[in-house]
Amino acid sequence: MTEDYRSMWTDLGLNLEAHDALLGVLGPAYQNIYLAQKDRPEGMGYFDFVMSEVHGLRIKELLDEKKAGRKIIGCYCVFVPEEIALAANATLVGLCSGADFATEEVEKLLPRNTCALIKSSFGFKLGKVCPYLESADMIVGENTCDGKKKAYETFKGLVDNLYVMDLPQVKSEQGRILLKSEYLRFKAAVEALTGVQITADSLKQAIRTVNAKRAAVHRLSALRKADPAPISGLDALLVNQVFFYDNPARFTASVEKICDELEKRIVESKGVFPKKAPRILVSGCPQAVPNWKLPLIVETAGAVIVGEESCVGERGTRNLTDDSGNTIEEMMEAIIDRYYQVDCAIFTPNPDRLAHIEEMAAAYKADGVIHYGLQFCQPYLMESIPVEKALEQKGMPTLRIETDYSMEDMGQLKTRIEAFIEQLR
Amino acid sequence: MSKRYAGIDIGSRSIELVVVDDRGNILCSLQADTGFDPMAEAGRLISGVEYDRIMATGYGRSLFEISFEAPTVTEIKAHAKGARAFFPEARTVLDIGGQDSKAIALFPNGKVKKFEMNDRCAAGTGKFIEIMARALGFDIDSFGREALLAVNDLTISSMCTVFAESEVTSLIAKGQNPREIARGLHISVIRRVAGMISRVASDGNLVFTGGVAKNPCMRTFLEQKLGCDIMVPDDPQCVGALGAALLAVEKD
Repeated sequence: MTEDYRSMWTDLGLNLEAHDALLGVLGPAYQNIYLAQKDRPEGMGYFDFVMSEVHGLRIKELLDEKKAGRKIIGCYCVFVPEEIALAANATLVGLCSGADFATEEVEKLLPRNTCALIKSSFGFKLGKVCPYLESADMIVGENTCDGKKKAYETFKGLVDNLYVMDLPQVKSEQGRILLKSEYLRFKAAVEALTGVQITADSLKQAIRTVNAKRAAVHRLSALRKADPAPISGLDALLVNQVFFYDNPARFTASVEKICDELEKRIVESKGVFPKKAPRILVSGCPQAVPNWKLPLIVETAGAVIVGEESCVGERGTRNLTDDSGNTIEEMMEAIIDRYYQVDCAIFTPNPDRLAHIEEMAAAYKADGVIHYGLQFCQPYLMESIPVEKALEQKGMPTLRIETDYSMEDMGQLKTRIEAFIEQLR
Repeated sequence: MSKRYAGIDIGSRSIELVVVDDRGNILCSLQADTGFDPMAEAGRLISGVEYDRIMATGYGRSLFEISFEAPTVTEIKAHAKGARAFFPEARTVLDIGGQDSKAIALFPNGKVKKFEMNDRCAAGTGKFIEIMARALGFDIDSFGREALLAVNDLTISSMCTVFAESEVTSLIAKGQNPREIARGLHISVIRRVAGMISRVASDGNLVFTGGVAKNPCMRTFLEQKLGCDIMVPDDPQCVGALGAALLAVEKD
């Protein structure tokens, strides 16, 4: 990257030395994990470019948007409605939480037995290495699991622009009322931040923009049903990860372009893995950039990941928002309805999630399910046992893994996952 | 002459090499300590035998694959295959090796149905037993026999190797009988592996493999705990290597 960015990073208050170290790890990792794959779709070139400029050009774009008067809102969760941000002339971006950073500093503020994702979000702040976070005019925290809820109490002392959104934990009439009041409160807060009143027109346009982005990902997902798989799970995960960072319209166009290419591949029966390669559905905790550990092991062992039941995946992107309303009230109701369906493990009980896993396993013709749990993530680890039991009862082989962002268990994970894949052959 | 197939199991403590003919009959079986240079040891072992094909398993399999261009298979599949060769009716395999322990449930046809592994710490592994034997002044071969001579029960509450070792030290300081401490340690490992076996929800004939299967106290107490007979091959340490050799036959 150019010196241009160095002054930009300095202005943002990043720790250049630490940031160089981070990029020094990320670059080669991306090379070894992504660029080393064979027969990748040409359209992935765009995503390679996005990744190479993830802390460069994209940040410059955001800063240019800021100069032109737009506001940047950073978030950590799929419950934060992008429609509301866009309708009020703001840009929503996901914040970094996929790698260990400044762990020693983090553990001065958080207990050791906090999940890697929460620790990472603190690490990127404390280490001053996330330009998205430093560019954000508003950071939205959300009351999902207990870990996040309590961590935001401490995070509030680290930033001056944290907005905490409450979320229901039960799908009930009262639960929906809470979500509605929180989304209305968020709408008012975003309008206050940007000074832009949301109108029926701007909200409709925003719903359509976000729906288009989701629809493109739905199209991509549907193409992954083909055998041989036309795209690797690693590449598809990357698309789902970039979903949170990129300019929505450009992202949509780039995904559609890949889909056109994949359709041709399917007609030619061309795949990234041989036909009949074991097909894996991954279900569980989110895998944020650059957490590519699981798909790397699975796909170097000769199986292909065909779907992600995950926030960075179908849990986050399924279901469009109804855009047929004509008033702000009608469209806000549609937004609430859409997000209220997200079957995050913070809900109790949460039967929709199991139903969705079963539906995905059938739709993507999975031979087995790997339940991906982050160590100390109580909601998903709790659900992993009944999920495993229910799937196995229906004859679906399931492997539960519990891991973190470190590489120390790579050998053990490799053995387990290879043995699981042998079991499916 | 029939083709010869080798299987090599590169474990954390020992390396086993088994050579079979094309009908799976064992032609030779060798063993060496893993030491600090597993590939040099593996190289020495294979240089002493003749074979046409070789397959590697164990934690050193990936390194062997690179060094000797051999196909590999996981320990889980290799142990399942090897255990069934000794006992065709086996439905569950318990392997306790030096570095990890695993419970494997099999389908009636021998395919792996489900497995559980303890692989992130030494609790419930051969390493745990080895360290505890040393803390009590027993050698590894007599440890199980001595434990069987204990009369009274004594509970060891720590599963962690580090904590258990200090628990043992304090029990010795209290004047407790070393055989009873040894018995308590064996029972604590049994509790752990019995939990793994129940999690793979397997029933039916159980084969016990790996170096720890040579320990008579483990066998006796495991039978008591599970309430069934368990089967142990004559040489339980070579099961993984045998499985790999048989899979090499199948692959050819």
